[in-house]
Amino acid sequence: MIKTRLIMAATSVVFVNRTAPRLGSKIGRGILYIILIAAAIVQLLPLVWLLLFSLKNNQEIFNLPPFALPERFRWENYSNVWSHGKIDTYFVNSVMVTALSVLLTVLLASFATFALTRMNWKWRAPVLGLFMVGYMIPIHSALIPLFILFRNIQLIDNPLSLILSYTAFNLPITIMIMLGFYYALPREIEEAAVMDGCSVHQLFFQIILPMTTSVMVTAAIINMIYNWNEFVFVNTFISSDARKTLTVGVQNFVGQYSMDWGAIGATLMISTIPVLLAYFIMSNRIVEGIAAGSVKG
Amino acid sequence: MNKVMSNKAVIALYVLPSVLLILSIVYLPILFTGYYGFFDWNGVSDMQFTGLGNYKKLLRDQQFWNSAWHSLWFALMSTLSLIAYLLVALLLSGKLSGSNLLRKIYLVPMLLSSVAIAQLWLKVYHPSSGILNTILEFIGVQNTPNWLADPDIVLWAIFVPILWQYAGFYILIYYAALKNIPEAVIEAARIDGANPLVIAWRIKVPLISEVIKVTVVLAVVGSLKYFDLIYIMTGGGPNRASEVMASYMYSKAFKSFDFGYGSSIGFSLLLICLVATWLIRMLTASRDKIQYGG
Repeated sequence: MIKTRLIMAATSVVFVNRTAPRLGSKIGRGILYIILIAAAIVQLLPLVWLLLFSLKNNQEIFNLPPFALPERFRWENYSNVWSHGKIDTYFVNSVMVTALSVLLTVLLASFATFALTRMNWKWRAPVLGLFMVGYMIPIHSALIPLFILFRNIQLIDNPLSLILSYTAFNLPITIMIMLGFYYALPREIEEAAVMDGCSVHQLFFQIILPMTTSVMVTAAIINMIYNWNEFVFVNTFISSDARKTLTVGVQNFVGQYSMDWGAIGATLMISTIPVLLAYFIMSNRIVEGIAAGSVKG
Repeated sequence: MNKVMSNKAVIALYVLPSVLLILSIVYLPILFTGYYGFFDWNGVSDMQFTGLGNYKKLLRDQQFWNSAWHSLWFALMSTLSLIAYLLVALLLSGKLSGSNLLRKIYLVPMLLSSVAIAQLWLKVYHPSSGILNTILEFIGVQNTPNWLADPDIVLWAIFVPILWQYAGFYILIYYAALKNIPEAVIEAARIDGANPLVIAWRIKVPLISEVIKVTVVLAVVGSLKYFDLIYIMTGGGPNRASEVMASYMYSKAFKSFDFGYGSSIGFSLLLICLVATWLIRMLTASRDKIQYGG
């Protein structure tokens, strides 16, 4: 079979007139690129427009064509909202909540994934199932009791309510991202370590954890994007301005300054820049993490 | 070796923190949602047991069915949009220079918060100064639509940013799956004289059918629990024309402080998501597993 195919391939190379299809495929390729690049422009255009209007004043926004450059870039939009719009407070809160949640999630998920993939125990499958099914549960189905729970233990308006919720709801996807990597680690490593008299803790902290740095980074960056952008929990659990994170803070700000498009644009840019920056630096890891977290489950 | 790796105390120490956290923050609350659904409660005063009262009321609640229909509409549209994403991924997965960069550009909207997306698209749709109507006026359209205030088009107007946001995500998943197909399979078909369309439709798509099923579940469940964008852009309006299940639940619980009724909506949302997942799995279950030629 393979042999006939090879022969057919060889004959087609020798006998078929190749110029006609080549011209056709060149045009086809051109159309292909036009479609794909048009799609890319559609994906970026609203963001380019956002960047431009964040650097204009209202008069320029409403009177100039949408993609016209302003007479000068009005960076003061950024500095104004940063100090007068409480955006600095929201930004710091976002950094704190995101960093602590990411740290806690990646650490707990590493422990759990290690025990789920490398250690031998009876309840492995059901516990793994517990995490996997967790991925399908809509947060709105848990929101009212969570609100009551946090109110009863006085964690309403406390960042800890966010950190606990983010960690719990992100454990499933974090474990999913890590599973494949842990399964692929060779057994010999553990055998050698145990033979040398390592305890499980030494094995985990000194050998396994350093080996999984790359998947931890991938999981951390995916978690960072989710937590940074989270809206419902902040909107429900946090009431005082001093504790709000960027998403809800920006939402409030826009409500107050709905007439000032330049200021709104600047706050939206400020809330987006950290994630875009992370993407710019580590796009390969983010792409890999999103693919791993969504499908391998 | 085995003795060390099955030390019960260590296993408990490693697994219990995560298990306890997910049980107390995810699983226990959903049980309580079902439980609260049996009560009349404003969250502060004493709970009044009403049995199945809330659930009975829900079945007759026109506004709930209206919101459930909108959620279903989003689920249906999101599933249909997968076809477009798959087409782009197929185009992208040919030997094409620059496909890596394009794929990364497509993903950019996925990185934004729903607040940023909602606020940005509120500006895009702004009746007089939005970029959309500015362009429409420029090309001579009169009576440009008031996108988010018109009950007949508001769902479509909200669907476009969703389409925009998730494009890169699904294209990325399909692209990764397509790249996993062994080159030899495609090459054999090509040598047998199959043209690219036949290869795409008869070979590539069937080979990634498992991944397609996963994305259908993701799209449907993701749509059923859709909330942020709608809550920020329209609040479910105008006149509930864009209300979905999650936004209806949120307004009942946290605006009208009807925690009991809100819980019964939240619990129904959970059941609908689980049933939808199960149904899709059942309907698409393959009797014969596809295997790559080895």
